[in-house]
Amino acid sequence: MPKRIETVVLHDSATPVLGDIQKGGNVIVTSLDTLLNQARANSLWPLTFGLACCAIEMMSSVASRFDLARFGSEAFRATPRQADVMIIAGRLSKKMAPVLRQIYDQMPEPKWVISMGACASTGGVYNNYAIVQGTDQIVPVDVFVPGCPPSPDALIYGIMKLQSKIKRGNNPKTFKELRIVELTPRELEHVN
Amino acid sequence: MAVFKDVVKPVLAGFGITRRRLRHEKVTIMYPEEVREQYPRTRWRHVLTRYDSGLERCIGCSLCAGACPARCIFVEAAENTDEARYSPGERYAARYEINMLRCIFCGYCQEACPTGAIVLRGDFELATYTRDEAIFTKEMLLQPMPRES
Repeated sequence: MPKRIETVVLHDSATPVLGDIQKGGNVIVTSLDTLLNQARANSLWPLTFGLACCAIEMMSSVASRFDLARFGSEAFRATPRQADVMIIAGRLSKKMAPVLRQIYDQMPEPKWVISMGACASTGGVYNNYAIVQGTDQIVPVDVFVPGCPPSPDALIYGIMKLQSKIKRGNNPKTFKELRIVELTPRELEHVN
Repeated sequence: MAVFKDVVKPVLAGFGITRRRLRHEKVTIMYPEEVREQYPRTRWRHVLTRYDSGLERCIGCSLCAGACPARCIFVEAAENTDEARYSPGERYAARYEINMLRCIFCGYCQEACPTGAIVLRGDFELATYTRDEAIFTKEMLLQPMPRES
């Protein structure tokens, strides 16, 4: 059986995500990737996904006192088609979960997710039947920001962490970061 | 002359507002370089404090875990012995873990603590890449030993 080595893409959440597979062997464009990652990290357009009270702090982080525009994220987009990073601000109910997943799927690659606040990250005090205990069960989350709600500077710290993650790139550094996928002959035809 | 009245004049008037705003005090906090002063009662990251002698204040009574509305604190107590003495009382916290992501920073643990061991301080830079990193163990929470003087 022929084998192909693939890089594991950006999301390191425990949730496996379909369609996240990237073709391995991007040796030629590595330097270009670094440049692209710089550009991506410094123009993160967030998607407005305010689900609860955390959204107030998310809004105030864009206002003049904290001014998220200094990091290139001033353009909050109401449509997922134009957004790079989804800031899940607030508790995610089980009824809302499919909607979140669909909006995440509608965002163009590359995309990132920040889980803002205790409720979005783990469920917080709402350990009950209605609330999803952590949005990483629904979408792969890149950065978790604790707090109830996180103050605007705590959110900006989370965005800075995401920026450094994007700038670091997704090039595999260790053998553990590679994964080997077996291909059926038909899939191999598709790859070639 | 219609061009002057309809185009140039309103544009100049608009820039006049910009010029006036330039004289105002700037409100933006340049966050990564300059951290704003926290209010005295701000509750952020927990710290397990020590006495001046270096002994831990925490006696492992689990009252903080009982008071926690989010159930994010886990305490496992163990007995102090004369050879290994961590706190002045009979018992000490052998394990003390807080799930920072579940914590809502309400400060009830601080209120419940009989010895004032757990306090919430102003460090807000807590964002993590994974959920496992957000579980703070006793070693991370404990105040460093006071310097020998």
